[in-house]
Amino acid sequence: MPENAKNPDTVTLTIDGQELTVPKGATLLQAAEAMGTRVPHYCYHPGLSAPAQCRLCLVEVEGAPKLQPSCVTMAQDGQVVHTQSESARTMRTGVLEFYLANHPLDCPICDQSGECEFQDYVHAEGPKRGRSREPKRVFGRDDFGGDVLFYGDRCVMCTRCVRYMNEVARDPRLTVVERGNRSVIDTFFEEGLNGSPFHGNIVDICPVGALVSKDFLHKARAWDLDRTPSICPNCSQGCNIDLNVRDNQVQRFKPRSNLDVNEHWMCDYGRHRYHWLNRSDRLDTPRIREGGEWVDRGWTEILEELSQRLESGERPVTAVASPFASNEDLAALRALVDHLGGGRIVFRSRRAEDEIPLPGFPTLTRRRDLAPNRKGAEILGMERVGDDEGSGGLESEMGKGGVLLVLGDELADLGPDFGAQADLFVYLGSHPTPTQAAHLQLPVTTFAEQEGTFTNHEGRVQRFWPGLQPVGSSRPAWLILGALLARLAEREPPTRADQAFLHAAEVTPAFQGLSYETLGTRGALVNDPVPLPGA
Amino acid sequence: MAYPYTHEKETRVLSRGFGDPATRTLAGWKALEGYEGLRKALGMSREEVVETVKSSGLRGRGGAGFPTGVKWSFMPKEKKGPHYLCCNADESEPGTFKDRELLRWTPHQVIEGCLIGAYAMQAEHVYIYCRGEFFEAVQVLAKALEEAYAANLVGEDILGSGVSIDVTIHSGAGAYICGEETALMNSLEGRRGLPRIKPPFPAAVGAFGKPTTINNVETLAAIPHILRHGGEWYRQWGTERSPGTKLFCVSGHVKLPGNYELPLGFPMKELIYDVCGGFHEGRSLKAVIPGGSSVPLMNAEECESCTLDYEGVVKAGSMLGCASVIVMDDTANVVKQVRRMVDFYAHESCGQCTPCREGTQWTARILKRIETGKGTEEDLDTLLELGVQMTGTTICVLSDSAAAPVASSIAKFRDDYLALIRRGERVGAA
Repeated sequence: MPENAKNPDTVTLTIDGQELTVPKGATLLQAAEAMGTRVPHYCYHPGLSAPAQCRLCLVEVEGAPKLQPSCVTMAQDGQVVHTQSESARTMRTGVLEFYLANHPLDCPICDQSGECEFQDYVHAEGPKRGRSREPKRVFGRDDFGGDVLFYGDRCVMCTRCVRYMNEVARDPRLTVVERGNRSVIDTFFEEGLNGSPFHGNIVDICPVGALVSKDFLHKARAWDLDRTPSICPNCSQGCNIDLNVRDNQVQRFKPRSNLDVNEHWMCDYGRHRYHWLNRSDRLDTPRIREGGEWVDRGWTEILEELSQRLESGERPVTAVASPFASNEDLAALRALVDHLGGGRIVFRSRRAEDEIPLPGFPTLTRRRDLAPNRKGAEILGMERVGDDEGSGGLESEMGKGGVLLVLGDELADLGPDFGAQADLFVYLGSHPTPTQAAHLQLPVTTFAEQEGTFTNHEGRVQRFWPGLQPVGSSRPAWLILGALLARLAEREPPTRADQAFLHAAEVTPAFQGLSYETLGTRGALVNDPVPLPGA
Repeated sequence: MAYPYTHEKETRVLSRGFGDPATRTLAGWKALEGYEGLRKALGMSREEVVETVKSSGLRGRGGAGFPTGVKWSFMPKEKKGPHYLCCNADESEPGTFKDRELLRWTPHQVIEGCLIGAYAMQAEHVYIYCRGEFFEAVQVLAKALEEAYAANLVGEDILGSGVSIDVTIHSGAGAYICGEETALMNSLEGRRGLPRIKPPFPAAVGAFGKPTTINNVETLAAIPHILRHGGEWYRQWGTERSPGTKLFCVSGHVKLPGNYELPLGFPMKELIYDVCGGFHEGRSLKAVIPGGSSVPLMNAEECESCTLDYEGVVKAGSMLGCASVIVMDDTANVVKQVRRMVDFYAHESCGQCTPCREGTQWTARILKRIETGKGTEEDLDTLLELGVQMTGTTICVLSDSAAAPVASSIAKFRDDYLALIRRGERVGAA
């Protein structure tokens, strides 16, 4: 590049023989990462300060007297860097051998096994055999409080957990006690991490099995887990997560990095509320009530029956939706209600008393709205009713003399007579409901069993993917409602979630211009974000 | 005889008051032309003071031997916020006991040096970071500081010059690593004493995030004399590249161990056999550690023509360090001595960097095994390779220091190791 064409905001350097240009201020480790080379490291984490103490990321920089820590060495113009040179590789092998001298090698009973950075590095570049003949240091196990167990012998002293609690959670409850080889991570007082609202993240950033989750302990091996990108359904923040699934059961939520939403973190409130996805009391067959008895039917039959009943005369339509339903589901409900002559759609949702911000990254806040898609429901013209417990707001004579559609709300606070005065009462849900009055019961999938999108508190539309197999013959609500509307309106039904989203985007100004392609894995803001009332 | 041992070959500049309780007082120090250097410095421009120190060729006495005047000139010329000077009195290197003596006999000498340095570098505050175990020294220093404050030598508008400098004595909590300058600053700030990554260097971002210079006690103690008499005067002693006098802390198997102030370039043999009175009857020289426990060992042959200046000791195969000469006669077991040193480093490692945290402990355990007759010849190769992995790979040089005596002792005293290994093998076979 000629001198005068030099961009002052970038630097050009050579790493492993490959020339590349990176933004000024990037470290060698980040530059190498940009070209797909992972320099092994423990203490460095993109969300934390870099103390350059693990000494694993040392690389050779031509002209420097000794190996340089790539996590804190800034890329400079004309630098020639070797991450795979003899000296760098020898150094890495040596550092790994130092770790091995005291590591218990208890992989068979370690929760981290299979997703352990120590295992990975030692397999890739570790010494063929460790030379240490000395007895190993023993710290044993400690309960750190909250959800965290500490296995001191596995610790590599990267201090990510200490720095996370200091810098991001800003709740400095961990420290290194003692020094040298006796250094060990510890809590200050007996309560440890109890009550610290974001402490679960230290388990995720621990590169080894030193910090493990009590909730996940010995539940599944890492290699048996299927990981599916998803969105945390427990508040309107919309933290990006991975569903970790084994045997069609969610085993845990893990945060997935999205610098616009949750950086690398998630809150403990959201993290630990996944058990409802594994509930076994599920609706699994479309049913119709005939003479007071439930009769199972196939989907074609039951949709035919339902479309006939809906066409049998003009009646007022009322609907109850759920902020746990996807944009696609809610849009399909909206389209059906509009086709039937329009009507009020309400939803109920729980609201917490307080927000819980993450002090070091306040963009991530456990929001007051404890549902993932309140914003989406409101964009689609639905109205929140009821109290902050997610109950009330519905009268038992609701739908009197007309059509009553319920999607996703279990109506748990209502009696068996709810909807009894409706002319036609259709319940679409994944779980049983106490009401006895529905004429049809259509099983729908949860968000974890289908593809779709949620709109978070700031109007960011984010995709999620199916991580669980649907139960029985349950189907996504958008597919059921889309097929129904296709019969009524004689149009092509959507057969894929992206088509369902496009159908919604066509008629919803806020979603216009968005598609699954443009959303990608990071999501995008709706065109005209509407602030949430009272948020 | 005053101070425990003195010798006519000594040149007592810094140690002139050693052994005389009077020099602890302001009056006693003034009787030795005390605070004349400060008075003179305050009449000079800051640049002139730095130039005077540069011209003396004074090199840092803490171990690294970096030219003091040059170090001072790294501080920002334009002052944008507070500047600090730290006097490093965390003397903990095994075998070193010079700073303790300077503090407990000539506290005003150190305070005066601090004030001159602070003036030259526009530092409004001096922190004297004392080793936690220096109980008596801190008491003496505190008393002297009180006197100096009362006499307006420290504090607001010193001697009517318009210059204000405060001095604070800070006692450490007992960690060798806090003598490393960046760990010292962390400790001073109330954090764990962990060395910081450089860059940024202390002259840019130091204590409390402000430009800071850290000087050794002995370095600062030499400053008043240089200011009083000029840089050329100081060069009358020592060599071209290592000018001046130096306190040598001699310990070990000599008849008269102690602190001796000698011109740099003094022959090592003369120090051992003449000044320190040589060995006890029937003993002979086996090994010398010339600069505190973190430098390579020297064998008798290397000591033969060694001169005690920075270059001379390097030429002879080691380093002058802080000139703590540990002498061992032929009764010493080198393996045991090295093991004790490495034990010390393993105990004092801060534990940040993996090669140091794990390497010092591992090395110490292998040495212990060899010492107790359970070693093998392979262990020696392992020790050397660990030493390579521990050198130049960490934030500070503690692990380098632990590796140096191991590597040099295996190279120079391999027979001591082999004897223990073979004896162990024989016992095992029997």
